[in-house]
Amino acid sequence: MVRVNGFGENIKLAFRGISTHKMRSFLTMLGIIIGIAAIIAIVSTIKGTNEQIKNNLIGGGTNTVTVKVKQGEWDYEFDYSGIPDGFYPVSSDSLEKISSMPEVASVSRFVTRSYVSNVSYRGTNLSGCGLIGVDQNYFSTTGMQVVKGRLFTEHDYVHFSKVAILDRSTAKSIFNSEEAIGKVIDIGSESFLVVGVVDTMSQFQPTIETVEDYYTYMGNSSAKVYVPLADWPILYQFDEPESIVIKAKDTESMTEAGRGAAEILNTALGISETNDSSTGEQQFRYKADDLLEQAKNIQDLSKSTNSMLIWIAGISLLVGGIGVMNIMLVSVTERTREIGLKKALGARKKRILGQFLTEAAVLTSIGGLLGVAVGIGLAYVIHFVADVPVAISLPAIAVSVVFSTVVGIVFGLLPSIQAANLDPIEALRYE
Amino acid sequence: MIIDIRNLYKNYKNGEMDVPVLHDVSFSVDEGEFVSIMGPSGSGKSTLMNIIGCLDRPTTGTYLFNGEDVSKMSDDQLSDLRNRGVGFVFQQFNLLPRETAVENVALPLVYANVPGKEREDRARKALDRVGLSDRADFLPTQLSGGQKQRVAVARALVNNPSILLADEPTGALDSKSGEQLMELFCELNSQGTTIVMITHERGVANYAQRVLVMSDGVLSATNKEDLGGIK
Repeated sequence: MVRVNGFGENIKLAFRGISTHKMRSFLTMLGIIIGIAAIIAIVSTIKGTNEQIKNNLIGGGTNTVTVKVKQGEWDYEFDYSGIPDGFYPVSSDSLEKISSMPEVASVSRFVTRSYVSNVSYRGTNLSGCGLIGVDQNYFSTTGMQVVKGRLFTEHDYVHFSKVAILDRSTAKSIFNSEEAIGKVIDIGSESFLVVGVVDTMSQFQPTIETVEDYYTYMGNSSAKVYVPLADWPILYQFDEPESIVIKAKDTESMTEAGRGAAEILNTALGISETNDSSTGEQQFRYKADDLLEQAKNIQDLSKSTNSMLIWIAGISLLVGGIGVMNIMLVSVTERTREIGLKKALGARKKRILGQFLTEAAVLTSIGGLLGVAVGIGLAYVIHFVADVPVAISLPAIAVSVVFSTVVGIVFGLLPSIQAANLDPIEALRYE
Repeated sequence: MIIDIRNLYKNYKNGEMDVPVLHDVSFSVDEGEFVSIMGPSGSGKSTLMNIIGCLDRPTTGTYLFNGEDVSKMSDDQLSDLRNRGVGFVFQQFNLLPRETAVENVALPLVYANVPGKEREDRARKALDRVGLSDRADFLPTQLSGGQKQRVAVARALVNNPSILLADEPTGALDSKSGEQLMELFCELNSQGTTIVMITHERGVANYAQRVLVMSDGVLSATNKEDLGGIK
């Protein structure tokens, strides 16, 4: 083990030197404080924004990914396309395969119609609602919980019970303050008994700032009526293409889970990966809504703009470092006699070098720590003033403090070498 | 023999010119001696002192310190030799203003890598030797000139050096403090401390057992009586 002689002594001397010239030390640190504070504030807002994007797009951290039938980038709509050739409901075999994928926590299949106009209660139409036929796993997979009444039971599926579940906002818009459970709603010519009201588990509030955000949430925010999948043929066609929704093990495995599931479904239907170029139209195939990838794209965009800001903050650190070098040169000149004395008393060059390097490093490290504190404060000011989300990054704090120490060592090197190389005779004579 | 200097020359470069400062200086100091080197300013006595104190190297000639050839030593070796071999006392005391007396005294021990607790113990003992144990925790600004110089003497003694090397130690003191300091030097010398003192004051020089006179870079031995006997 290499023992650094006098390290504790150097630290003590550094603090004494800094506290002797408090104002000067503080002004010297200011460049470092500003640089580090800017970096911490920027990184915190980047991280906050990224987490918000991730949460918004991925849906409240439920890690669900939907695999739908699509033509190119467009979602399949029965009203528009009918039943495409070769499409059948998802087989239990495919479902088995998907649920055994390592990335998949649970899987559910469903059929959906959007903008349904024939749902009514006592003659009042619930216009433009989404009607969804779901299997028994649906609510647990999508992270919804029952707030009133019950979920669908095995009995409902076996006996084709005409029962419906509403989401909370739909129930409120139909029944206002009245009790929803036990009411009968009409879907087309069929009557359904409302047995439950569901809501998403998290109290997640999406932020809608762009048109893309709006489209992402439009589906979520419109009224939703759920019926057992078994009842679907009562209302519509018997073998409509089904979609699936997967709950991935974690956020990172969402993309892979969606991709793998789509491949299993396409393979089961004998749909090749490549487009049939002889027909001008794109083929229908299962495709996952890759929200994680979208989130990443947006994050990359925000990262690249903010990396420029980090460079600017870096320049401030450079300027701060030059300030440290300047003040250390002054300090060496002021303490010429002290250095001469120490050399006369037997201090080796390395001890003098170590003393001044330590002082520079302690100075900038304190600056770095203050900068972190100011940066966190600044991030919260930005958060409250500009309503930008912030998340404090511990690695960024660690890197900042280490970096500020390195700035001290780098910019303290020249003055310290100058101090170490002073001629003791000249130095002792210095007035 | 602690100091053995033979045929020592020292030149300084002044532009292209070699300016001779010390000319064929030879002398030695034995253990337990109290030697003073006298001479007017510009005589080269400060240069000689720097060489004796291992702050500078001779241009030619040999300097053996405790039998070791100083002229061949590296920078670090010279630092170590100063640390354990030489105890400096300067005209202007050179105490660190923001450190207490005991911290100032302990400073050489820092560079000798003595652990903190032992440093303080030894520094307090050294202050006791110069009669300042009651001022150990005072800052230099709280001490009189004579007290400051005695702190400096304690600092010089703390690492048990082979010689105490004093450069005009009374130069910044009033005559009474100067006398007291010289009495301290005599007392330390009687306890076995070897002292080399540089001064331009005859009265101060005469406290030594042996007085050498430096004149225009040449050192010569003198009888104390020849100096006029002013004490």
